[in-house]
Amino acid sequence: MALIQQSDAVPQASGGCAQPLTLLRERGQREVFCGLTSIVWLHRRMPDAFFLVVGSRTCAHLVQSAAGVMIFAEPRFGTAILGERDLAGLADANDELDRVVEQLLARRPEIRTLFLVGSCPSEVIKLDLANAAQRLSQRHLPRVRVVSYSGSGIETTFTQGEDNALAAMVPLLPRTEAGSLLLVGTMADQVEDQLCRLFNRLGLPEIHTLPPRRSTDLPPVGPNTRILLCQPYLSATARALQARGAQLVAAPYPLGVEGTTAWIQAAAAAFGLAASAVRPHLEAARQRGRTAVARYREQLEGKRLFLLPDSQLEIPLARFLHQECGMVLQEVGTPYLDRLLMATELEQLPTTATISEGQHVDRQLERVRAARPDLVVCGLGLANPLEAEGMATKWSIELVFSPIQGYEQAGDLAELFARPLARRQRLHF
Amino acid sequence: MELTLWTYEGPPHVGAMRIATSMEGVHYVLHAPQGDTYADLLFTMIERRGKRPPVTYTTFQARDLGGDTAEMVKVSVRDAVERFQPQALLVGESCTAELIQDQPGALAGGMGLPIPVVNLELPAYSKKENWGAAETFYQLVRRLLKDRIPPPGTARPGRAPGVRPKVNLLGPSALGFRCRDDVTEVCRLLGEIGVQVSVVAPLGASPADLQRIPEADLNICLYPEVAKPVCDWLERQFAMPCVYTVPIGIGATRDFLQEVGAALGVDVTMALRPDVVGASDLWSPQLHGGSTERARSRLPWYSRSVDSTYLTGKRVFVFADGTHALAAARIATAELGFELVGLGTYSRESAKLVRAAAKGYGLEALITDDYLAVEQAISEAAPELVLGTQMERHIAKRLSIPCAVISTPIHVQDVPARYGPQMGWEGANVIFDTWVHPLMMGLEEHLIGMFREDFEFVDGHQSHLHVGGSQPVDSPKPKEPQDPPEPAPAASVSVSTASADKARRWSQEGLAELGKVPFFVRGKVRRNTEAFAQTQGIDLITVDTLYEAKAHYGR
Repeated sequence: MALIQQSDAVPQASGGCAQPLTLLRERGQREVFCGLTSIVWLHRRMPDAFFLVVGSRTCAHLVQSAAGVMIFAEPRFGTAILGERDLAGLADANDELDRVVEQLLARRPEIRTLFLVGSCPSEVIKLDLANAAQRLSQRHLPRVRVVSYSGSGIETTFTQGEDNALAAMVPLLPRTEAGSLLLVGTMADQVEDQLCRLFNRLGLPEIHTLPPRRSTDLPPVGPNTRILLCQPYLSATARALQARGAQLVAAPYPLGVEGTTAWIQAAAAAFGLAASAVRPHLEAARQRGRTAVARYREQLEGKRLFLLPDSQLEIPLARFLHQECGMVLQEVGTPYLDRLLMATELEQLPTTATISEGQHVDRQLERVRAARPDLVVCGLGLANPLEAEGMATKWSIELVFSPIQGYEQAGDLAELFARPLARRQRLHF
Repeated sequence: MELTLWTYEGPPHVGAMRIATSMEGVHYVLHAPQGDTYADLLFTMIERRGKRPPVTYTTFQARDLGGDTAEMVKVSVRDAVERFQPQALLVGESCTAELIQDQPGALAGGMGLPIPVVNLELPAYSKKENWGAAETFYQLVRRLLKDRIPPPGTARPGRAPGVRPKVNLLGPSALGFRCRDDVTEVCRLLGEIGVQVSVVAPLGASPADLQRIPEADLNICLYPEVAKPVCDWLERQFAMPCVYTVPIGIGATRDFLQEVGAALGVDVTMALRPDVVGASDLWSPQLHGGSTERARSRLPWYSRSVDSTYLTGKRVFVFADGTHALAAARIATAELGFELVGLGTYSRESAKLVRAAAKGYGLEALITDDYLAVEQAISEAAPELVLGTQMERHIAKRLSIPCAVISTPIHVQDVPARYGPQMGWEGANVIFDTWVHPLMMGLEEHLIGMFREDFEFVDGHQSHLHVGGSQPVDSPKPKEPQDPPEPAPAASVSVSTASADKARRWSQEGLAELGKVPFFVRGKVRRNTEAFAQTQGIDLITVDTLYEAKAHYGR
């Protein structure tokens, strides 16, 4: 294995920082989920959609384990498990898939959109799910539309599964010439409502969301659509929307008071509103957010933070925790660095932080041990082992399930990081 | 292609991980794409292990597929051996790697490593987790002992007089059901009959420990799901006898002790009598404390005690892995007096045994890994208690039926902080509590039955335990009396009943006699008597009618 380990400099926009950030690129064992995991939140966002993984028993086991608890009467996701007969060509995989889809749709008459989700095995055997989706759509429309995307581990990590799912929806979106704002990326409904209320107060034109709350309410897109990303991992979706003529608003991500402010102001500016006109509408919420964060800043300030790569939220989180909570950044790991989508975030990171892209988990853990951080942000597989070594951890998966964006959640976001530290202070044995 | 929503078992390489993680000094290099590392969390989160599983994933990506993925295997193997310094190496592949056919085991075997390398071939598209665990354990033991196999026909040397007999406990593993505590309990059980435990494997064993396996006099196949192939092989190659009876429940524990005693020539008569402990001895504080007092189970006495009368004939549905399903069926019927209304397993390897057992109970076994089929079977059988896995716990919750968990797939709740074995005498105690508590306690149920008719005692005043499931545990519904208060007997001579087509009239004497019936059954007696009168075409209910009805309905 060619273990690439190279350092280079991330050029930062002019305006202050003299030294560039250090970028470390690594390859090796990655302790990350694959893109199938995104199904766990996507299926909740669109209750009329079903996600059918075409894969192996491993895929089924992964989604089940990542979902954590088996609480659903009958979940809106499942796996069509490939068997030996499918692989040996004894059964026509397409016929088999059609049969499984028939069976599923008969059981679940309320489903309006069926996502066929590609996996590592389906990619390797080159099962053409795009073709299958087209064929099945023809059969089941207008009742059910069938869409395909890949959540395979050989192509995607964790949150990139959502990126591919949304990108697969882009060609289906109706065209519009109207000026509109399109919020892209799954956020909790309640958070989305809060942020939309702010945009409405600013008098922005119609606002749509992708993914929509109902899979059939597809938002229109066109040359006068401005795309505002709610999540930092949507590279493919952003590019697909740009290809439909929409314009990407350059902004940081709505984490923390400052991130949210810059995010809203960037959207407003895209519709010709000056920051000075916007600010008064935000001031009350900003003040509330600052008050909420301040409580936790006391606990987080000066604490050293090490983020392992997982959700691609690491860079905006590091920015928030540094800028608004006063944490010291040791290393900010990300599975993949999209410089375009991260440009405004990277500008705000301190030059002392190392950014690492990719992972060689054993080497990275050696760096963690050497750095002795006060808090490590990592995946579920690593959290208890690091705790057992005496380090406080925050599991990153919680960050994709919890409402963390916007002003009203800024305090909650800070609290997620303060809690492991506060817990350690409480416990005495 | 098979549609699956929830699965009982993971893929076979997860079984291999269970063996590697159970042991010391073993490392597993897994040729697998990014994402397969999810399986680490099963060990670090569910079992709260403080160490990462000893697994290195090659983590290939799409862009590597055109290139040299075989080279990635070699680099990973070399790095893993250097970094973790294992005494034995397992090399295998997950489902995706199986398709690209790099033969990682053969590659590693050709690298001239200074340690034993086990090439694992676990067909991901036809086999499952438990099979993978059993195959891995078997291949590892075989690899480590292959040079020590005696020539065929070699007699095992007899035990020297005065030497304590030694046994191996084979099968306990990571992600198993209560293995940690079962090992402790079985060691205690064996210690009581003077038998020493030599090797426990795979849980806590090193490769060197596995090499000591043939030194013992007997193998104990504690979990057939994991250890059956190894035990069979040791029996064939090393002429090592094996006890396959799993000591879960009183009867099985006795059988187990007898078989161990017979195999080793040890007298176990004293150890066989759980019943020597009577009601009074149970209160001895030494019972489970001192080493001089033999540990005994409370289950037999508790099951005989009058409070347990209400357990008689409770309808029970059992679904689990093979070992725990069979054990539960026996305990439920013979030791708790339940009626078995369903028996099944998701372990295809145990299908034959479970089918045969089910037949003995007059049932047809349910052999499936489709939880929807299990849900349907439970719903049709309408049991009063479900003994199953975490999946059945959710099924039972939806159907408002009490449930106890008896088997893997493992859940964080199945790794309790306290000592909670399933095996041996203490295991029987744990089982009694775990299965009976979801039901109402006997006296409590009896009283609730008595007072059910009373207007002060209607819905909302039921047990806080899992009865009447539709009711949330800690938010009782506001009191809504369903039955109207009983009218005083003297208030009226003629009482019409809404439910009857034709009004039934009570004679003065009949009504007076009804008034003598204890209030908590009065409503029932009234309804029964009126229903009886209706079927008999009696218009006026007299004292005689009342007693005729009583005779009619009485059992």
